[in-house]
Amino acid sequence: MDLSFGEEYELFRKDLKAFIKQNRHEALGGRLKSDKTDAWQKRLIENGYTARTIPKAYGGYGATLDIVKSRIIAEEFAHAGVAGGMSNQGISMLVPTLLEVGSEEQRLKFIQGTIEGKIIWCQGYSEPGAGSDLASLRTSAVLDGDEWVVNGQKIWTSSAHIADWIFCLVRTEPEAKKHHGISFLLFKMDTPGIEIRPLVDMTGAANFNEVFFTDVRVPKDQIVGKRGAGWMVANAILGHERDMLGDPNGALSRLNSLITLARSESLNGDKLIDHPVYRDRLMKLQGRVMAMQYNDMRILSSRLNPGQDAKIARMIVKLQGTELRHDIEGLGIDMMGEFGLCYGDNPDLRDNGAWQSQYMFQLGLIIGGGTSQIQKNIISERGLDMPREPRAQQVKSQEANSQ
Amino acid sequence: MEFGLSEEQTLLQDSVQKFLSGEVALDRVRESTKNKNDKAIWQGLVDLGISGMLIPEAQGGVAMGTLDAAIVAEQLGHHVTPSPFISTAVIAPTILSTTSTHNDLLAAIALGESRVGIALGDSIALRHDQGVKEDKGLLSGKATFVLDTNADVFLVAAQNKSIYLVEKDQLKINNRTTIDLTRSTCELLLDNSKAELITSDESVYHQAINIGRIMLAADTLGAAQCMIDQAVSYAKEREQFGRVIASFQAVKHMCAEMTAGLEPCRAMVWYTSHAFDNLPNESEMTTCHCKAHISEIGKFVAKTSTEIHGGMGFTDLVGLHYWFKRIGFNRQLLGSPEMLRSEAAALQGLRNV
Repeated sequence: MDLSFGEEYELFRKDLKAFIKQNRHEALGGRLKSDKTDAWQKRLIENGYTARTIPKAYGGYGATLDIVKSRIIAEEFAHAGVAGGMSNQGISMLVPTLLEVGSEEQRLKFIQGTIEGKIIWCQGYSEPGAGSDLASLRTSAVLDGDEWVVNGQKIWTSSAHIADWIFCLVRTEPEAKKHHGISFLLFKMDTPGIEIRPLVDMTGAANFNEVFFTDVRVPKDQIVGKRGAGWMVANAILGHERDMLGDPNGALSRLNSLITLARSESLNGDKLIDHPVYRDRLMKLQGRVMAMQYNDMRILSSRLNPGQDAKIARMIVKLQGTELRHDIEGLGIDMMGEFGLCYGDNPDLRDNGAWQSQYMFQLGLIIGGGTSQIQKNIISERGLDMPREPRAQQVKSQEANSQ
Repeated sequence: MEFGLSEEQTLLQDSVQKFLSGEVALDRVRESTKNKNDKAIWQGLVDLGISGMLIPEAQGGVAMGTLDAAIVAEQLGHHVTPSPFISTAVIAPTILSTTSTHNDLLAAIALGESRVGIALGDSIALRHDQGVKEDKGLLSGKATFVLDTNADVFLVAAQNKSIYLVEKDQLKINNRTTIDLTRSTCELLLDNSKAELITSDESVYHQAINIGRIMLAADTLGAAQCMIDQAVSYAKEREQFGRVIASFQAVKHMCAEMTAGLEPCRAMVWYTSHAFDNLPNESEMTTCHCKAHISEIGKFVAKTSTEIHGGMGFTDLVGLHYWFKRIGFNRQLLGSPEMLRSEAAALQGLRNV
């Protein structure tokens, strides 16, 4: 057991702290395009605090992968409450995919612009009929000369209304088995035939869109990986997204806000922190956050020490982490009682309405990126080696046999 | 950075596991609880060097760390093993090695020649007419839920949080049955009993309670993991509606929920044990959370894994109740989850009053 990262890393942390302190007034984060966020992003890349391991040839910092340093960067920006590197689906999903399976031409064309915030991407995966069972997707692409002709519909497409490009799963081999008939296409969002309709969600904002394709023509070479290999391309980095969705650093930071809230809100003249029932609920959540932090340390350690097994510890992160976040936001609302109902432009709103909108948004994350139920299937099937649920067809024939 | 068990610790885990699953299978546990006699089992553990784990080498021990002890506690919980491990091998040495006056007793513990009972609970929370008071060096009162009916000598905390050593002939020992037959607990009656002051240093008292809490948490971790293992393997064999019940999502999801809850507890026990030896500033708070959190998960696992066994889970035949009750016992002893969370809040100053 050795919890220290060593001198090199402590020095790295010290430099980073100094950088954040010196530059925090310029820090601006976000997913949208603006000169200011782009300038901050560029600054972070130049100093190696984002796009750290992306090769210089593609506009990155070009360092070798060091997960301890990546961890320190995430921790320090979170603790300081300062926006770190830009995070959007292009940066977190497409860039790693291109690095993994893209062609050299594609990497040169897209990575630099993406990490600098100049190209905004949206992800075209889910469809109305293909959610948890994503591989049953039906949006089709048919080759016509030198172009793919795309028809169909996507849903839950965040940022579609501001995106320059889309990375999109389409069915190119309708005769093949469902996982083998999919391809991974890239195309511009201003291509004729694309219609975007905002999808207002329970938070009141349109965080997502529906996207319709009617005879959208895409140059033949804008495919990542081989024809029919799109499922593998998409899965090359899927585990990465799940790790992000249960991040205990986020939970810790919200728990600290909850403690601040409990110290400031009062009920019948007593601060909530002095109210045994609320305090107990707060402490329960703190225990859960701590368990997830230690679990996270174990995962990190297993990456540094290949002999250690953390297979199940990793599998549970999305399920536990997102449920925990939702519960944290929920206690925030409960602590405020009726004031927890305030929303929108209500002048009595606390913390800009973060508790209310996060309570709802976190529910979205419980559902998105593989629902909690899908996570439980993964844990039981891949973690505990329990059999898959029989297919509906098999169940029907079994029933017929038994009659 | 390395957060996990070392090679030596994995070996320790394996050797204890091998001994317990070979020689102390459920039949032996049943027999021992029936006869209220865990002496032969304890001798086996003494032969493995377990009694001297935390005792300095000068007194014949092997001076290992809290994480090593937690690994053993986890295995004992996994196999619902009756033994005086927590009292004699963990809490007693933690108290006695802070003085130099009882090296003989430490040596006797290491050799397996002495068992030391522990009566700390009443000083944490008083209910009914419990409590031991000191007057002119003599102790009077009643200590309850004292670990180890078969002890030769007892360490008793009075309400002033000082700890005393009391010989067996100075008190009346009443056997007291709890739901957990794998643990031997008793009530001690003291009436102007002669007692030797071991320490009035309150930090020793807190250390003793904390290490006990860590061991109970580790014990629940092991017991709960075993219950999940049993539930999963039962579900893979049991057939209903023409297929194994492990193929029903209702059952799979129960198993996944238990696993998702328990897996982080493993890292939590590791961290808390490490903190006890190395991170004094956060040790107490972490320990409170560790035992409270694992007690909650343990309760959920105990109930859910029993349900997965259907009617058989309810029977003595399968014997799942030994684990169910062990987890229940660990939950209440040395601080219930509610008390521990309240303590955790106080330790970080989360009170405005």
